[in-house]
Formats: sequence, C-alpha cells, structure tokens
Amino acid sequence: MAGEAAGTSIGARRTTGRRRRARSGAARWRQIGFYLLVLIALAVSLFPFYWIIRTSLATNAEIAQGVEATGLLPSHLSFSAYVDDFTQQHFLTPLINSAIVALAATAVTIVVATMAGYALARMPIRGTSAILGFILVAGFFPVLAMVGPLFLLFKELNVLDSIYPLILAYLVYTLPIATWLLRNFFSQIPRELEEAALVDGATRIQALRKVVVPVAIPGVFTAAILAFILAWNDFAFAVSFLETPAHFTAPLAIVNFGQSNFQVFYNRIDAAVVIITIPIALLVLVAQRRIVTGLTAGSFR
Amino acid sequence: MSAHAASTARAQRPVRRRDGHGGSAADRRLGYALVAPVVVLLLAVTAYPLIYNVWNSFHRVNLSEAGAAQPFVGVENYSRMFGSSVWVSALERTVAFTAVSVVLEMIVAVVLALMLNHRFRGRGLLRAAILIPWAVPTVVSATLWKTMFDPRTGFVDYMLGGLHLPGAHTTWLAGVWTSWAAILIADAWKNVPFMAIILLAGLQVIPGEVYEAARIDGATAWQAFRRMTLPLLKPALAVALIFRTLQAFLVFDVIYIMTGGGPGVSTETLAFLNWQKFLVDTDFGYGGAISVMLVVMALAISAVYVRLLRQETA
Repeated sequence: MAGEAAGTSIGARRTTGRRRRARSGAARWRQIGFYLLVLIALAVSLFPFYWIIRTSLATNAEIAQGVEATGLLPSHLSFSAYVDDFTQQHFLTPLINSAIVALAATAVTIVVATMAGYALARMPIRGTSAILGFILVAGFFPVLAMVGPLFLLFKELNVLDSIYPLILAYLVYTLPIATWLLRNFFSQIPRELEEAALVDGATRIQALRKVVVPVAIPGVFTAAILAFILAWNDFAFAVSFLETPAHFTAPLAIVNFGQSNFQVFYNRIDAAVVIITIPIALLVLVAQRRIVTGLTAGSFR
Repeated sequence: MSAHAASTARAQRPVRRRDGHGGSAADRRLGYALVAPVVVLLLAVTAYPLIYNVWNSFHRVNLSEAGAAQPFVGVENYSRMFGSSVWVSALERTVAFTAVSVVLEMIVAVVLALMLNHRFRGRGLLRAAILIPWAVPTVVSATLWKTMFDPRTGFVDYMLGGLHLPGAHTTWLAGVWTSWAAILIADAWKNVPFMAIILLAGLQVIPGEVYEAARIDGATAWQAFRRMTLPLLKPALAVALIFRTLQAFLVFDVIYIMTGGGPGVSTETLAFLNWQKFLVDTDFGYGGAISVMLVVMALAISAVYVRLLRQETA
C-alpha cells in the first residue's frame, strides 16, 4: 500500500514519537485488515472452483453418502466421472460443436469489426456518431426478445436444431464490443503512419493492410479473446434452437446432464463444468491484461 | 465504452473534420463499404426480430394451432399482458431482483476496486482470481453454485452445520427466499468482477495528488473517499451501473439453470416468462407483445445511460 506508507511518513514527521508509535500500530492493524479482505476475496472467488473439482473427483458412492461423511477433502481421487463424461454422456461432441460455433463467430466478428472499426475511426463517413450509437444500442438489445422471431425464421429456413445459425445470433454478443474496441484502438494509432504510406503512393487498402493492420494486431487480438469468451458462454440461444443432444453446445449439454438422467450425478456434471472452465481459465491467465483493457475500452456485457 | 474514451473521441473530432474535408468520393465510398457489414448484420439480429415481434404482437401466432391462419387481433395480446397477474408479478420480481442485485453488487464492487487500486503483493493474483468467475459461462457459475448449495454434496450446508449456524440442512432451492438468496449469490459472484474492473479503470484516472492533497488537509479516509474519490468516479459508476442494471433486468440463464423459475413460479422473471411463451407455449403473438415491452424497457434504461454519459462528457 504505497499511498498508505506515504501518508504515514508525512504524518510521522509532524507528530511526536508517542503518537508516531500509535499511528504505525494503527497502520499495521489496517494492513492486517486489508490483507484479510484480500484473503476473503480470493477465497470467495476460488473456493467454489475447488469444490467442483473435489466433487468431480468423487465416486457415485461418495456423492450418495453426502459431504458430511466424506469431509472437505476427497477421500481418494477418482477420475471415473471424467471418463463417464466422454464414454456415457458423449461430451466430446458438444465440446467440438461449441468450439466450431465460438471460433466461427469470432472469425466473422474480427473481419467485420476490424473493417468497421477502421472506417469509423478514420474514414470520412457521414453519420459516424449515429452508426456508433446504433452499435451501442444493439449491444443492449434483449437477447430473449430475439429468440422468438429468430426461432420462426430458422424454422422457415429449415435450419432449426443446427449449430450454424447460432453463429449469426452470437454476433449480437460479439460485434458491438469488438467494433467499439477496435474503433477506439484505431483512433489511437498515429495518423502520420498511414499518411506517409498514402503519400508514397499506396492505396487506402494497401495502407490499411501493410501499415495499419500490423500496428492494430494487439487490439484485434484483444477483441478476438473477448468475442470468443462471449460466444463460448452462450446458453440462451442454444437452449432455444437446439433439440438433438448431438447438436448441443457444451453449456447446453451440461444443463441437460442434470435433467435427462433419472439420478443426478453431480460428479459428472461438475467434471464437465471443470472441462469447459479450463480453456477460459487459461485464456484469463495468459491474457489478463488484454481482457482488462478490452473490457474498459469497449465495456459491454 | 467509458466516458474517458468518449472524451478522447471528442478531442479528435477536429482532426477528423480536417481529414473529411480532404476525403475523396472514392474514400467515402470505401468507408461506407467497410461499415456496411456490421450495420447489416446487427440490423438482422436486432431490428428484424423487433419488427417481426411487433407484427406478431398484433396477430394470433401460435404454432400449436396447426395450419391456423394468423388473424389480426389488434391490441388483444397487449391487453392480455397488462391484465395478466403472471406478467405483473414477473415484472415486480424482475424489478426487485434488479434493484437488490445491482445495489449489493455495486457496494462489493466498489470495495474490490478500491482494494485493487492499491499496490500490494498479490494484486495480479487477485485480479486474475476475480476475472475467472467473470469469464466462465453462466452455465458454469450457476451449476457451480447449485452444487455449493446442494444439501447433500454442497459446501454451504456443510459449513453452516460445522459452525453450528442456523440454515444447515436447508434445501435452498426448494424455498422462495432461499432460492432468491442462492440466485443473488451466484449472480453476484459472476458479475461483481466486471463492475470492479470498470470502477478500477475509473479510479486509475484519478491522479494521486488528489489523495495527497486530501491527506495534507487532514481529511479522514472516509471524507477523502466521499468528497474526492466518489465524485471523480461518477462516470465509471454510471457505466457500470447501467450495464449491470440492463443485465440484471434481462436475467435468464442463471434462473433457468438454478431453479427453472421455481419453486412454483416464484423465481420467474420477465425474460424467463418471455422464453416460456415462445418455446414452451409456442405463442409468438403473446410472446411478441412481452418482447416488445422488454425492448421498450431496455431501451429506456439505455437512454438513461446515454444521457448520463453525455452529461459527463459535455
């Protein structure tokens, strides 16, 4: 706590020795209190993850006995729930479905949002602020209000119960934040870079491809990470449009585990939860700074 | 986007105007071509459903009536909605949930953001630790808290029982208030981090001298927070508040997964009711009316947001 320390030293210079001791005592207590709060925050954030990992490693018999018989630690580590997820619940298919849809939505988002973000930051377009306003409002559009009409549309087109129409629906999650983020990013790239290329006889497109895009790569990367997370996390569209378990996305499959079985296998459900959390947790650990910047620069959802 | 970003955009406007003056017609055409896809795609997923909903809401559109025509019914769906005690109580629940969750989450988020604004050992760890709950699917957060609250395999009952506290051996998701408590906790666990990150960004633009000046003036920590930090944090607070208000108002996933609207209908929110009308009753006329009202209310909330931001940057 740098601020705290500086404050104490200013105070210490002015006060007598006795008060100084009292003050540093208080400061120490304050520091202990602060770290206590940090510990609580860490525990609340992370302990539930420990709990699902613990539950996922328990056998059906242990689950049936209840937590009071088994305690905080798993009595032994059983990976049978993970094996069951793939052999009996066929969880691999929904995982692949989710990966396809999320990656496709991310790809479309990046291409479309990079073009628009650049144009909105740099090109002489009339109505720029109106377009930006519309994109902002689109990001606020209630997803559940889209579900009915899109259901009818997909039914009409005979594409209900397929994962591919989800790619279109997911754009409502990903495009607004990605476009705003990239537009803000392009605004910060020095104009001179591009103008130099234009003076050298490059066309707009060439200048964009050779000069601007390389500089914009970090922004594009940030937008891609956020888009992937938002698409990977969808539940509302999947539960509305998909019917056949083989077409489910991973989140929908997990919810279905709990409902389709006569007996609820918490270890299987939690093993699947652990599996779909791993890529997201890795992404957060690797790209923490980017995610924070992206959220604050384009903050949506 | 944050108020900070809005003000940078404002600062750049003169530059753009100069450039726009020199922009050729070809440049302008290219500009429109580059923006067109995002506008078309977003219109397809927002304006199209909205118009379709408006049309449906004035007709009888029910897929369970096989082969039926879709007759014009005037405002029948709307009068049915406003006269429906189911809709009214879903609205009341939604408003109550929004108010309680947003206020509680805001308080926790302010504390977290103030903590993260200090430089201390473990700051990176704490930031990563709170980002993971934000980044995981709602299916994960809801399922995880369902496990935590389960009377047999859950931690909550185990802990309460171990500490001899009341509440042990509660079937949380069987009672109305205990269900809401579980939903609130699951929702806060996932959404507080987002608010904290936005608020942290707001705190980081406040120059350190502001705090130094307050300290030299002999202000207590609370006075410094109220008189200095809070006013300067207002733009970030506005952004975080309105984002969360909208999200909470449209809450669906966590309810569907944790309680399915139950026990009975006691945790049914507007978005959940809307989903049921569409996909359980296949009543797209009545569902359309509910959707149209949902959009109107969401737009009203976001209009407040845009106005607040404009005031801040003016």
